[in-house]
Amino acid sequence: MSHLSVNHLLGIKYITKQDIELILDTATNFKEVINRPIKKVPSLRDITVANLFFENSTRTRLSFELAQKRLSADVVNFSASSSSVKKGETLVDTVNNILAMKVDMVVMRHANPGAAVFLSKKVNARIVNAGDGAHEHPTQALLDAFSMREKLGDLKGKKIAIVGDILHSRVALSNIFCLQKLGAEVKVCGPTTLIPKYIESLGVKVESDLRKALEWCDVANMLRIQLERQDIKFFPSLREYTMLYGLNKELLDSLSKKIIIMHPGPINRGVEITSDVADSDQSIILDQVENGVAVRMAVMFLLAGRQ
Amino acid sequence: MKPKVLLENKQLEVTLTRLCHQLIEVHNDFSNSVIIGLQPRGIYLAHRLQKILQDILKTKHIHCGDLDTTFYRDDFRKKELIPNRTSIDFIIEDKNVILIDDVLFTGRTIRAGLDAMLAFGRPKDVELLVLVDRRFKRHLPIQAKYSGLTIDSIDTQNVKVEWKETDGKDRVTLIDK
Repeated sequence: MSHLSVNHLLGIKYITKQDIELILDTATNFKEVINRPIKKVPSLRDITVANLFFENSTRTRLSFELAQKRLSADVVNFSASSSSVKKGETLVDTVNNILAMKVDMVVMRHANPGAAVFLSKKVNARIVNAGDGAHEHPTQALLDAFSMREKLGDLKGKKIAIVGDILHSRVALSNIFCLQKLGAEVKVCGPTTLIPKYIESLGVKVESDLRKALEWCDVANMLRIQLERQDIKFFPSLREYTMLYGLNKELLDSLSKKIIIMHPGPINRGVEITSDVADSDQSIILDQVENGVAVRMAVMFLLAGRQ
Repeated sequence: MKPKVLLENKQLEVTLTRLCHQLIEVHNDFSNSVIIGLQPRGIYLAHRLQKILQDILKTKHIHCGDLDTTFYRDDFRKKELIPNRTSIDFIIEDKNVILIDDVLFTGRTIRAGLDAMLAFGRPKDVELLVLVDRRFKRHLPIQAKYSGLTIDSIDTQNVKVEWKETDGKDRVTLIDK
């Protein structure tokens, strides 16, 4: 396999195991590139990419922009807060206007689940989903898998626990699809109110006790409580959540083996994870950020390479 | 048509040794020179030459790197290309670099290789060594300083270079596509 089976990266659900492996293998080459004295390659110099962020983002947006610049693509940025979206323009109109300026690829984050899929049916450009509501965040799942593969080798049979706000997390869903396609076992852990009702139908196990989940896993992916998406109270207080589902150094050190700690960011230090855990040698949070650029370069390189 | 064997075993060995002696004439003890093989097929030639050079010069310190040109190619949207590993664990700044590939045809790989190499620094001098030079087929003004064999061929023919390490035998053949 030397090419992707899809024209857009809309979600991990829509791509195959071979696609994932191709992206991760290509990302290995790009990781070498971004550690060179000159970190730039001319592959996408004839491509223009629009970054459309209808929702706030720091890491993903910077990471995509860096990836585009290191591939020598031309980049235009757009954020909803300073645009005509406020004046009532629809998504398709906004994007078509941008495409009329001859843009080849669109990287989009949107608050509505399915926004990327919708767009891919309406416009003639390669679409990369950078997060659509609580649906998918495929590049995050790919960089998580890349980071785990770097530490653990082949992920087949490895055990990964995803802890926290599963209900509102697009990272959780994409991670579940990605890890399962790579043959890993996934367990989700969190307060019952934050676990989606039918999540077991995806083939993941549910655990409500954090210690048990951590004892079981090789990697723990700690998610943030997404207060901005919670319209009602899902647990009595943040302090109670931290007591039951926060990861601190004592708990980590008391486990029978050394597990790897991941976090997609942004971290709420002292809530889902304490500072000494986030900064410990078991944490690969900053590796994830570095790998994010390489993985996004691979995704855009492979999509642009399709005729 | 039956493939035509251009070089084989002993003959190929003689050619490689001759190329090494030509390199030594220019680069003496290689104290300021490095060799870089172009992925995917040039690296086998580069490593073979490195070994012969080290035997002749009785040293273990000849630097040899592998360079992938995929991200620098101008035809990556015309055909699917798979990137290979790049590993250059030495400094090329102010060094004499010998770029190595197995076959020189249109010159496009070498063009991409020159660009890719510059991401690692500014060499003092760059030379090109190829095993087979397919004359009169260049799309770009690129010529090899050292070549093992110069041949005249037509577009419908392919030059296949095989190495003991990967293909089980040392052989260069001309085949019809």
